[in-house]
Amino acid sequence: MHTKTLIELAQGLRSKEFSSVELTQTFLDRIQKHQHLNAYITVTEAVALHNAQAADTRLANGTAGLLTGIPIAQKDIFCTLDVKTTCGSKMLDNFSAPYNATVVEKFNQAGAVMLGKLNMDEFAMGSSNETSYYGAVKNPWNINSVPGGSSGGSAAAVAARLAVCATGTDTGGSIRQPAALCGITGLKPTYGRVSRYGMIAYASSLDQGGPMARSAEEAAIMLQTMAGFDEKDSTSVDLPVPDYCAGLNNSLAGLKIGLPKEFFGEGLNSDVAATLETAINEYRKLGAEIKEISMPNLKLAIPAYYVIAPAECSANLSRFDGVRYGYRCANPVDLADLYTRSRGEGFGKEVKRRILMGTYALSTGYYDAYYLKAQKIRRLISEDFKQALTEVDVIMGPVTPTTAFGIGEKMSNPIEMYLSDIYTIAINLAGVPALSIPAGFVAGMPVGLQIIGNYFAEDRLLNIAHQYQQVTDWHLHTPKGFE
Amino acid sequence: MEWETVIGLEVHAQLATKSKIFSGAATAYGAEPNTQACAVDLGLPGVLPVLNEEAVRMAVIFGMAIEAHIAPHSVFARKNYFYPDLPKGYQISQMDHPIVGVGHLDIDVDGISKRIGVTRAHLEEDAGKSLHEDFHGLTGIDLNRAGTPLLEIVSEPDMRSAKEAVAYMRKLHELVRYLGICDGNMQEGSFRCDANVSVRPKGQAEFGTRAEIKNINSFKFVEKAINHEVERQIELIENGGRVVQETRLYDSVKDETRSMRSKEEANDYRYFPDPDLLPVIIDEAFKAQIKAALPELPQAKKQRFKTQYSLDEESVSILTTSRPLADYFESVHKKSGCEAKLCANWITGDLSAALNKAGLEITDSPVSDERLAGLLTRISDNTISGKIAKQVFEALWQSTSSADEIIAEKGLKQITDTGAIEAIIDKIIADNLGQVEQYRSGKDKVFAFFVGQVMKAMQGKANPAEVNKMLKEKLQG
Repeated sequence: MHTKTLIELAQGLRSKEFSSVELTQTFLDRIQKHQHLNAYITVTEAVALHNAQAADTRLANGTAGLLTGIPIAQKDIFCTLDVKTTCGSKMLDNFSAPYNATVVEKFNQAGAVMLGKLNMDEFAMGSSNETSYYGAVKNPWNINSVPGGSSGGSAAAVAARLAVCATGTDTGGSIRQPAALCGITGLKPTYGRVSRYGMIAYASSLDQGGPMARSAEEAAIMLQTMAGFDEKDSTSVDLPVPDYCAGLNNSLAGLKIGLPKEFFGEGLNSDVAATLETAINEYRKLGAEIKEISMPNLKLAIPAYYVIAPAECSANLSRFDGVRYGYRCANPVDLADLYTRSRGEGFGKEVKRRILMGTYALSTGYYDAYYLKAQKIRRLISEDFKQALTEVDVIMGPVTPTTAFGIGEKMSNPIEMYLSDIYTIAINLAGVPALSIPAGFVAGMPVGLQIIGNYFAEDRLLNIAHQYQQVTDWHLHTPKGFE
Repeated sequence: MEWETVIGLEVHAQLATKSKIFSGAATAYGAEPNTQACAVDLGLPGVLPVLNEEAVRMAVIFGMAIEAHIAPHSVFARKNYFYPDLPKGYQISQMDHPIVGVGHLDIDVDGISKRIGVTRAHLEEDAGKSLHEDFHGLTGIDLNRAGTPLLEIVSEPDMRSAKEAVAYMRKLHELVRYLGICDGNMQEGSFRCDANVSVRPKGQAEFGTRAEIKNINSFKFVEKAINHEVERQIELIENGGRVVQETRLYDSVKDETRSMRSKEEANDYRYFPDPDLLPVIIDEAFKAQIKAALPELPQAKKQRFKTQYSLDEESVSILTTSRPLADYFESVHKKSGCEAKLCANWITGDLSAALNKAGLEITDSPVSDERLAGLLTRISDNTISGKIAKQVFEALWQSTSSADEIIAEKGLKQITDTGAIEAIIDKIIADNLGQVEQYRSGKDKVFAFFVGQVMKAMQGKANPAEVNKMLKEKLQG
């Protein structure tokens, strides 16, 4: 059952080949069996089976949608009513929200069955899933490698078929980079397309939730449920949600693809580059025109991001103070002690590093030089994208400079870790949508191709990805031991 | 040396919205601790603020009332500091781009009018409350107030005495209540101020170093705190010391200010635009809509009352302190068709006294505008005398009947029938021949005795003018 696509599973449920309870149990067994991947923080077995039963009723009485009865999993950054939401941190190890995130609510209403909450880098700060309080997640393609991050649990779970599909969030590449490193399809929608309500904030102006699945078609089905205006999120955009599946089969003849020369220079592994070249050739065969373009400000993305994101996070994480919920240090002697020890003991090293960087960047005397300057760069980068997207329909490039690196390899060198997001970060600064699709393997490890589109052109991106997946089978490969 | 005082005020007015500025929780005062705080107010993970449009509307109303620039584009910012009653670890406020820009307010001190500049007014959320008593070494946190909308109104350093500061604060208090955007309840903290105070030698152009006195919540304390602070600063300088820039707290029990924290100890608030909220865009249509609904402002109303109703200064200033009172007056005047002066006298006199005594506002008056108008009509048309009217008013206050019903029921109608009055006068003259003799021999005082007797016999209902006239004729024989 677990090898079937979402559409096949939906058909199987309708033809009574299997029930949602049976399907859910299959996935729960697999999660149990492959615990060593450490993809889940919390498995909600009882609730899942109960909801699967409810889904079977809906399937029987004809009120089911495509996702009804399909076992999915939520990144542990989305708040879930009465189910622990940790955000990968000791700080929230004891926290259970009195509400569902809008995204969770939407999947619940669609009848999807939540299997549990997925591991992630602490507060989504990391590119390898190694900063999680709950330990590193292992890459199903090689358990000594990282799955990427911060949505590493989501990517590993989907690749290893421990969930049909999963949610992720992307602040600087946190959906696309793990999707690439684990060989799945991940989409970061336009900023404002998916509600952030109930999604624990890392950097509010960059954070965006999105689907992680095996194929573009599955991602389209998920996005259909996730997208839309939410009155609880002022930054969500009140635009109609198109039918994301309707245009999947549109022809790519005449499609103009731009390849920024800045994406293919120094730093990109030559085997990865060669794999991408083959993939782009495939698009040529599908009728696309390829054009080299230049986006001169891309090189400024990493420094700008590492000012803006930490600045926002330094305020966003102030609420974790040990006063109302979450971790509180033992026997505080006074208020200052309560604050410093609760936060000092409750947060991990990378989180503290970013809070300090952000606090510094916002301080009197540094604000103009760091924060305001970074905002200027952000505008320049947005202009680069807007300009490029008048010349071409989409931009393609790598997602990561290399395939998955080894666990422990970059933890001692944060700068090197930050550079692994060099191709994804600019997209968040601009707010445009982008997705990562499996495009081949280097030494047995997956390589992702990144496709970047114009604001709210998710339908076009999914169409372009889907067409590629009609003529290739990279997205159907399953890691050994998980078939 | 002669010193000059320089004062600027920052007033926090709690906006009278039903729900909080960024959440749907109620703002009502006095609920059980933490029962009016929702997930957003508690700063739970993942929740987001959504701006209350009503708060924006009220800020714009205020801005228009002080003829200020309304920013077409204003921005909410995070003010970062840690405190247990600040759930998010930052307060959402406005920094570089406030919603209301430069405006002004005119005050009167000792009959002299002075214009005080308003630098800006911005929207922000209130924090919760820390309760240090009753918890034995611990602190209780009540987050009911967290997220309550505030308008912080910052003045220019234009005031030169505590008296001017109080006049400004009173004027502002009157205005926000008049506009209906703040209940002005100072005990509950709905209207409070911080005062920036400095002194300089008279004639010097530069300002002295200022101290900020925090959280003063009464007019009396503003005056006392400023006067005390001015004395402290002058004494300090005259003794060779220097004023340091700091935040001070006014202790109303000891009547003194004391240092809270110096400039060096001040927080670096690390303001930056709140990425969870979009900039507030105010277009011409929104402004036009508010302008159209804007009530007549106190100053304009005062002027109009003076000319339209020919009322004296004192009555006008009482009648225009609040919009409901002014409306009440105009309604009584219109419904009764009586002279404005009569209406004003009754409202500022008997009615106000009765309301004061009962501790009621005009909006809760047991005597409606309609019923008071009914009474005044009967005074005007001589149905009852002014004296009887007081009796009728008391009955109006106690019952729900109309003035006419009360007059009829109690038989208070004034007797103007000369025949009836004449009969009584004849009888009284016949019964008191001795007094008639006295009067005729020149004792004018006895006249009052006859008036009293007639009125007594007629239970006060006789038309006094008629009684006087007829008595005089009869007594003179």
